[in-house]
Amino acid sequence: MNKVVSGAEEAIAGITDGMTLMLGGFGLCGLPENCIAALVKSNIKELTCISNNAGVDDFGIGLMLKQRQVKKMIASYVGENAEFERQLLSGELEVELIPQGTLATRCMATGYGMPAIFTPAGIGTEIAIGKEVRNFNGKDYLMEMAFDADFAIVKAWKGDTAGNLIYKSTARNFNPVMAMAGKITIAEVEELVEPGELDPDHIHTPGIYVHRIFKGEDYEKRIEKRTVR
Amino acid sequence: MWNKEQIAERIALEIKDGYYVNLGIGIPTLVANYIPDTMDVVLQSENGLLGMGPFPFAGEEDADTINAGKQTITMLPGSAVFDSAMSFGMIRAKKVNLTILGAMEVSENGDIANWKIPGKMVKGMGGAMDLVASADNIIVAMQHVNKEGESKLLPQCTLPLTGVNCVKKIVTELGVFDVLPEGGFKVVECAPGVTLEDIRKATKGKLVD
Repeated sequence: MNKVVSGAEEAIAGITDGMTLMLGGFGLCGLPENCIAALVKSNIKELTCISNNAGVDDFGIGLMLKQRQVKKMIASYVGENAEFERQLLSGELEVELIPQGTLATRCMATGYGMPAIFTPAGIGTEIAIGKEVRNFNGKDYLMEMAFDADFAIVKAWKGDTAGNLIYKSTARNFNPVMAMAGKITIAEVEELVEPGELDPDHIHTPGIYVHRIFKGEDYEKRIEKRTVR
Repeated sequence: MWNKEQIAERIALEIKDGYYVNLGIGIPTLVANYIPDTMDVVLQSENGLLGMGPFPFAGEEDADTINAGKQTITMLPGSAVFDSAMSFGMIRAKKVNLTILGAMEVSENGDIANWKIPGKMVKGMGGAMDLVASADNIIVAMQHVNKEGESKLLPQCTLPLTGVNCVKKIVTELGVFDVLPEGGFKVVECAPGVTLEDIRKATKGKLVD
């Protein structure tokens, strides 16, 4: 099962105006940098982006925001992006902020074929408005729906041509759950190898979830908050 | 009066041997510096790490290894990494023993607000809503009053809530306060040089001596 595409441009083929995309990463860590660069180069707009963060002004999804390619952002924390805040406060950008665990678990539900999850996160807050509440064993839970994403775009450390993926360190974050949740999942990797070179016991994302894979040309791996002893 | 480091040092006294602890951004991050070496404590970072160590030495930073505050960090021997769904799974399943986080307001029944100031600041809740909804043991580290000099310990929160009825203890520059199950802030300890009268003046919510 060979899923290799030539590069980011071919990988994002089929993404069109108005689609919903999931983008892996936490802050700038574990971002599908090459696909984001290809999206920025493309003319695709009116996108709904599901990602934990919105990048910073000049990196990550921040680059897509700057070009006004994003109609709606679904995220849990967006604190490091001045352009994002400007578009949000001026009403140019639609934003749905959801708890980080809810975001991850809604992705997981999609990948596991479950329509919804129940979580206590947000009970008694404005997040709960309009949502079904169920009581289990004396505690209230919100019903949160699985996502429906046209494409999921993730970044892994190593992958094989069959789409099996291994992530590195905390660059794992949202990538595995989003990889499971796309109708079409694109994986970009630092190292692309032949089947058999990865130990089956070490695979984090089985290739069945991955439709297109390529070796990213260029990883800046920018550090958002370099902190040393 | 305590400075930020001293607030962190005081909170560290609440940590017990064998605890798994989640530290929020800001003062809570400093708490790690005051956990005694004799204690076996594992720090959880909700971006997907158990066993968070100190910041790296200059030149040894790894862009792939960060904490939930996006700072470069190290991993201690025995660390484990996992995805975001599992990270919040262990939080929801109450495997994490203690959560320490910052706040903009806390009410006398333990409600907390720390993610939004309508019309002014919208950073998002990150993992805070998940943490406060599931953790049994929540300590808030914060300044007693805001920049305008107004009490952050209130009868009721005025800002959009992060969670209800969840904060158990608060440590500020003025002292340590338990949030009583029946409502009210019980003064457990005054910081050095701080009197009950000082605390009373800085607290709008119900104080219990």
